[in-house]
Amino acid sequence: MSLLLKLQNVTKKFGGLTAVNDVSFEIDKGSVVGLIGPNGAGKTTVFNLITGNYAPTSGTIDFKGNSVLKIAPNKIVKMGIARTFQTIRLFQNMSVIENVLAGCHCRMKSGSIAAMLRLPSQKKEEEEALKKAAETLDFVGLLHEAENLAKNLSYGQQRLLEIARAHASDPELIILDEPAGGMNDQETSDLVNLIGKIAESGITVLLIEHDMNLVMKACHKLIVLEYGTKIAEGVPEEIKNNKRVIEAYLGTDED
Amino acid sequence: MPDFGLIVRQNQRKQDFYAKNYGDIMEFFFQQLTNGLTVGSIYALIALGYTMVYGVLKLINFAHGDLFTIGAFLGLTLLTSLGLTNNIGTVAGVIVLAIMVVALVAIIGALLEKTAYRPLRQSNRLSAVVSALGASIFFQNAIMLIYGARVRVFPQNILPSTAVNIFGLDIPVVRIGVFICSLVMMAGLYLFIQKTKVGTAIRAAAIDQGAAKLMGINVDRVIMIVFMIGPALGGAAGLMVGLYYGKIDFTMGWIYGLKAFTAAILGGIGNIPGAMLGGILLGVIEALGAAYISTAWKDGIAFLVLILILLIRPTGILGERVAEKV
Amino acid sequence: MNKIIERFKKIETNTQIILAIFVILFGLSFVLDNYWLDVINNVGLYAILALSLNIILGSAGLFHMGHAAFYAIGAYLAAILNVVYGVPLLWSIPLCGLLAGLVALIVARPIIHLRGDYLLIVTIGVVEIIRIALVNDVLKDFVLVINGIMPDLFSRDFIKMVYSQGITGGSNGVFGISRPNFFGYIIKSPQDFFYLIFGFTAITIFLFKRLENSRFGRALIYLKEDDVAAEGSGINTTHYKLVAFVLGAVWAGMAGNLFAAKMTIINPDSFNFEESVVMFTIVILGGSGSILGVVVGAFLIIGLPEVFRELESARMLIFGLAMIVMMIFRSEGLIPPLPQKYKIPGFRNNNRNGGEI
Repeated sequence: MSLLLKLQNVTKKFGGLTAVNDVSFEIDKGSVVGLIGPNGAGKTTVFNLITGNYAPTSGTIDFKGNSVLKIAPNKIVKMGIARTFQTIRLFQNMSVIENVLAGCHCRMKSGSIAAMLRLPSQKKEEEEALKKAAETLDFVGLLHEAENLAKNLSYGQQRLLEIARAHASDPELIILDEPAGGMNDQETSDLVNLIGKIAESGITVLLIEHDMNLVMKACHKLIVLEYGTKIAEGVPEEIKNNKRVIEAYLGTDED
Repeated sequence: MPDFGLIVRQNQRKQDFYAKNYGDIMEFFFQQLTNGLTVGSIYALIALGYTMVYGVLKLINFAHGDLFTIGAFLGLTLLTSLGLTNNIGTVAGVIVLAIMVVALVAIIGALLEKTAYRPLRQSNRLSAVVSALGASIFFQNAIMLIYGARVRVFPQNILPSTAVNIFGLDIPVVRIGVFICSLVMMAGLYLFIQKTKVGTAIRAAAIDQGAAKLMGINVDRVIMIVFMIGPALGGAAGLMVGLYYGKIDFTMGWIYGLKAFTAAILGGIGNIPGAMLGGILLGVIEALGAAYISTAWKDGIAFLVLILILLIRPTGILGERVAEKV
Repeated sequence: MNKIIERFKKIETNTQIILAIFVILFGLSFVLDNYWLDVINNVGLYAILALSLNIILGSAGLFHMGHAAFYAIGAYLAAILNVVYGVPLLWSIPLCGLLAGLVALIVARPIIHLRGDYLLIVTIGVVEIIRIALVNDVLKDFVLVINGIMPDLFSRDFIKMVYSQGITGGSNGVFGISRPNFFGYIIKSPQDFFYLIFGFTAITIFLFKRLENSRFGRALIYLKEDDVAAEGSGINTTHYKLVAFVLGAVWAGMAGNLFAAKMTIINPDSFNFEESVVMFTIVILGGSGSILGVVVGAFLIIGLPEVFRELESARMLIFGLAMIVMMIFRSEGLIPPLPQKYKIPGFRNNNRNGGEI
């Protein structure tokens, strides 16, 4: 397995608050990695650092050997890192298919003039994008909702649509921020299958999730954060029995 | 053939002219400075209204400048119709006039909030901005339809035209009066915000409306109060401009409003001492700019300052940097 | 004939209405007197302006209230090129577009990242600064200063002309613009202008319609809906905001050329802040992002006050009131855009009411 993403001594401070403190980890290509920890542990901040929404105070982040620091979020998507948002951020008043087409955007080329002139290359590209978007929707099981507006979908469907949008950008690494948030048991178990399917298609998955059942089933490796610091890393079985992790989740006796 | 820029020579000529007429260059400078301080204090008063509303509602109240105009026109109407200064003396007359204007403009401000902004509290912020703009256009044209489009003149000789000599500088009494009145009002507002219970509620609502509500603060009432205090100060500023310059017209609120808004941004929007500082600073920059660069560009200077501050430090001088949440 | 009807039935309702409006207007152009033709021409000009603003404000959601600045640049360039160098008006349309676009690019680059209401206030500042610059004929001062530093750059005749007449002519503006000449045909009657203006409007609508369900058009709406999500989905939001701005400005510049042709005299008063407000209002009240909405908005806001002449002085008052009422009761405008339809491979539509809002 080859190395895909590498964080080295990453620290992020907001004013006086250290949200992420000297975190290092590596993600191998093709794996499913879970980033877990209590609320406020700095998990989403780590995601935002990887996706370029925040700049780290210190440390390095390399994707396929190239630094992602000082690169705009949209360029990082083009490099091959796609994400979903913890608080669902769909284009609510647009149709489901248009939401997915947003993901296709960075793999397309035509600009405004090509569109006004309806150049043959632009028409062909649009058709291909639509085909791709439809396939992606089918992949997550939302094709039947393609013309519906995003805001009319159920919570669980909106989470799936976020994944479809990210998936449509042809990523090598997909970052899922609490993908099971607000899902019922059936939807969650479908999600585990979907994550498995994504990994099988050769896309590496990094996810934040509170649902331990899902994490234990879906992930090959877990990284545990507490107060912005990494306290453990290993396969799910190890983490389950790790004393520090149990303390972090349940609190120590002294509390 | 002009061998060098025309404007440069024109400006030189203008400065020479002023220098000759005012005796010397330093006096010219100090006259402009005191003038700038006075105009700046008026900007500061108006800026407070913008900054307070922005603080609680995160809304640019575009109609605020027009409430200032309303203050000026109400002042004119009340002054000429009641003849207060003739009946009860200049000082008492002006004070009674000011109280009436301030009260009326405060009521208009509260009505504005209730009709144009409250229904939009939950909708997206830009809808509220459009509504504010609509309110501004409405007020401006309502004033025009009532009072006409011409410049209106305040009765002369209400205020003394004498000047006092400070450090060898003749400064008109009215100029000093306006400056002091503005400072007193600003100090009053500052104490009110810092020391009273209502002031604390306003500060709390500005930080977090939800939390303020949970603490038992009636946020609707707080917003209503902010929409009374801001316009009251703006109305008072309008009255002072009318008395000080003597000439008012229905569009004046637009330009004063934009400048006061610039002042609020300059000081750091949402920040009360910032608005005061920004206003006075802008007044001085503008007065000196108009005197030494070009009077034609007097209004342009404020816009340039606005654009520059937004480019260099959008949070203003006293504003705090806030990280955007993703 | 049947074929045409068949094709007409296939297109979406909003486009059908636009086509119907054009057919009616074309018929009216033979019936109406010069006064009403002129009113309709004004509506057409504002429709072009509002359509161009719609790209920036309606689609991309950028609060831009300085559109009159780009309109002014186009009009002044056309006028000056015509009066000084004798460049025929219509031929300078691309140049007017280019210059307006270039200025937009320079102005917008540093301010484009500003948040909604800040951007609004800065664009108001821009339009005011440009107006003040026109009133004071800053270009004249600028040329004279450059001439002072580099005396050989301009010809003596040019400097003499600038010195005596100025460049933008201060508050008097530029006059003596010649009538446009369309391959030997002089365009001068209101009816001629009707065909010119509405021809241009039709081209504008045709091209802008094509943008709607393209990669570019969608990108603008994504960033209006949620620019963080757009950026996170791989859309270069800064780039698209800029392109929207420049494209809108190019069109406003070209409309400026038509305006100069129609008026033959232009001065700074035609490009004041109120003009920007009118364009802004047309887009917001008509329906942000909706081509039909904007066209109807232009008719309502420019045309309707002509119908009620006695209300002329209260026009702006009613605009203001309408803006408030509209935001409270129908913030999406009179005719909001319809959801785009796509031919989705493998998709079978089970519920027809899927796209309702």
